[in-house]
Amino acid sequence: MSPPSSHPLELARQLALSRRDFIRSAAGVALGSSLLSSPVAYAASAMKKRKVVVITFGGGARDQETFAPEGQENIPHMMQEMIPQASFFTQVVNRGILGHYVATASLATGTYETFNNFAAVPPNNPTVFEYFRKDLKRPASDAWVVAPSNGFNRIGESNNRSYGPGTGARVILPKHLLTAATLGNGDYSHLLRDNYETPFYTPELGGNEFELQQLGNLLKLSVDDFKAHALTLSSPDELSVYITRRLMREVAPSLLWITMHDIDIAHAGAYSLYVDGIRRTDRLCGELWKAIQSEPEYAGNTTMLILPDFGRDADDDAGGNGFQHHRTGDALSRTTWMLAMGAGVREGVIYDRPMDSTDLVPTIGSMLGFQATQSQGKPIPELL
Amino acid sequence: MQPTDLKPGQFSNYPPDARKLAEHYTGTLAQLPPSFVPSLLREVIEYDYKFPVERKAVEKELETITALSPSDRAEWFDGFAQIKLSPQLVNYDGVNSPGQFVEQLSAHLWATHQLDAFRAAATSYANRLAAANPPEPPPIPRLGISVIGQGVTTYDLPLFRKLRPQGVYFTQVKPENALQTMLDVVADRAKSNPIPYGHWYVDGGAEAKYDPALTGVSYRALAPARAALTAKMHEEIERPGMGPEALRTLMARMKPEDIGLASTANGNADPIMARFQLKILTEASGTQIFATTFAQWTAREALRRAQPVTLLVRFAPRQKQKPMNEMISASANSPELDPVGSLVDGDFGSYYNFLNQQRLPGAERSSFVVWFEGHNQAVGIGPKWTRGSQSTTPTDLKTLFT
Repeated sequence: MSPPSSHPLELARQLALSRRDFIRSAAGVALGSSLLSSPVAYAASAMKKRKVVVITFGGGARDQETFAPEGQENIPHMMQEMIPQASFFTQVVNRGILGHYVATASLATGTYETFNNFAAVPPNNPTVFEYFRKDLKRPASDAWVVAPSNGFNRIGESNNRSYGPGTGARVILPKHLLTAATLGNGDYSHLLRDNYETPFYTPELGGNEFELQQLGNLLKLSVDDFKAHALTLSSPDELSVYITRRLMREVAPSLLWITMHDIDIAHAGAYSLYVDGIRRTDRLCGELWKAIQSEPEYAGNTTMLILPDFGRDADDDAGGNGFQHHRTGDALSRTTWMLAMGAGVREGVIYDRPMDSTDLVPTIGSMLGFQATQSQGKPIPELL
Repeated sequence: MQPTDLKPGQFSNYPPDARKLAEHYTGTLAQLPPSFVPSLLREVIEYDYKFPVERKAVEKELETITALSPSDRAEWFDGFAQIKLSPQLVNYDGVNSPGQFVEQLSAHLWATHQLDAFRAAATSYANRLAAANPPEPPPIPRLGISVIGQGVTTYDLPLFRKLRPQGVYFTQVKPENALQTMLDVVADRAKSNPIPYGHWYVDGGAEAKYDPALTGVSYRALAPARAALTAKMHEEIERPGMGPEALRTLMARMKPEDIGLASTANGNADPIMARFQLKILTEASGTQIFATTFAQWTAREALRRAQPVTLLVRFAPRQKQKPMNEMISASANSPELDPVGSLVDGDFGSYYNFLNQQRLPGAERSSFVVWFEGHNQAVGIGPKWTRGSQSTTPTDLKTLFT
């Protein structure tokens, strides 16, 4: 017997099918199921130089503001420039805790973490960065995280006994960097917005955060230049992308993870600001893709993966308040999508089958050549 | 807390009416699963400060559960009985702090992957309860009105995209005296159909002069309370070890008088309204800083809790986005406003006002009007309006309400 239409799994499936239809009609792409066993052009790149860039949307965006017909005006870069070049997975289900830090940590470990979302603690399970560095014997400079707020400063490495301190990614907190560079002077406050769910909460920094003196050593950026450029930016995510581009240019890590957060202003309940955040994130994703294509170290050998950490509540769930939060745990807040493009990815293809958000880490492992032994997920065959 | 251990004397810290209610039903509560009882006690402990509709609902719920046969009770609560609690939750004082218990239960359900099971149990229970106590239709058809776009002189993008398919899109509404017309309409309804907390006027800015027959809430009138609240938050956040959960707990324990709401000086002598306004400011996010969020959330809570038959909501410009700590700062007295962004907020907020109204009994007879303040555009939704249609005939708003 098929499940009733109100069953979460069925709702998730319907959501995925809607997403597929929206995108097919707008972007004219093909269904992945017809391509799985076909010899369609599939440009696998040389393993030795392969790089992966992951972009997570902290603060999910709903279909009606993105992929549904009425929302497509908010994501022109994804719809017109990126999806035609991408494999798009319509049904990525997050079965974990829908808080941004713990969910992003779960994405990074491939295991549903269960720690307190608001605690500045490392994940309990090995991160993708630790698997990558240990298995492939890569230096610390080859795995980096650019994270939106101080609360994410421990995401680079776990407290797992087999891995842990010194074996993970280096973490840049652009806002922390800017605060240190400006010593609290100047009009930079618009770039320093922190966690929208808990605006007052700024945890004490510890762990593997980026040190200010390395601004010049690694990013080849003087404090004055950094401050001057920051004044031209309009949001924390723009600051993150600016730092990411410097990092790509000067350090060129093979595994680079960026977490966006502007969209999460939705928690303050102002719809216009939420939509502004979506438009900005869409533009920034487009900029990062162009940067990947224009940087010699990345062009032609990089796979970019974009996925929200989870969704937001549906309008028709009386337990929530629509776009404002992600508290109901309904199908819309749990079911999201992933866009993959670049090296080794089929272009213009949509895949409907459900996948789990914990599948990300083992998939990256297959791409880069390491085993995510403790992950709960499994590699996505369509990306191998 | 094990419900089986409950004794009437344990409710001595409850307000008077709540204590009587809890003591009367102690035997019933003792037979219910520990994952469920604090949720019910969270409603009971607030009984003295609830709106009449809510009080009736709590009474009916307790009566209904009490009347269940043992086998029916087991069936109704089986889903909750399957929920596994941590030892910390089992030992938590869910009698005196049921709200905090529920908050911790929520975190526990997420962490142990029991949220879907709890959600299914809650949905099943709510459906059974609704079937046993069918909602009563309102004495008169409901009327919801939303006014958006205050301070916007021109706006060329389409408005009411969510609401137009539901009714008639009027493009030639006469804006002269329209707001006063609306205030008169809602006042007439209040005077003709006196229902306690049945007719509301919510303003996201400074309220217009309104009839005392209406229940009024405004962002401007709550400015002293908002300032007092944010000052307390600033003070607390400076304390070592203060985190978001501790802050939330602190806010949940606040009383109206803590932020000056219970005094007669600000016109809030009504303890029910004082408590309602406190919750608007302490339990929601964004209501302290954004006037548009305040208007939408207040309307949501008024509809959900008081179930008014009349609700006029006027959105006003919110402040421009700034860093969150700066917006919450009590010193931000004259913030720069964002009228166009607020129009977009109000447009979507009015859609939520409509959805929330339609969740109430009598939806098929309800009407809803949204108007772009000072302009010619409005949408009318209800039995007398054809869905998905448009009217280009010059119309005054009074005609819409007749």
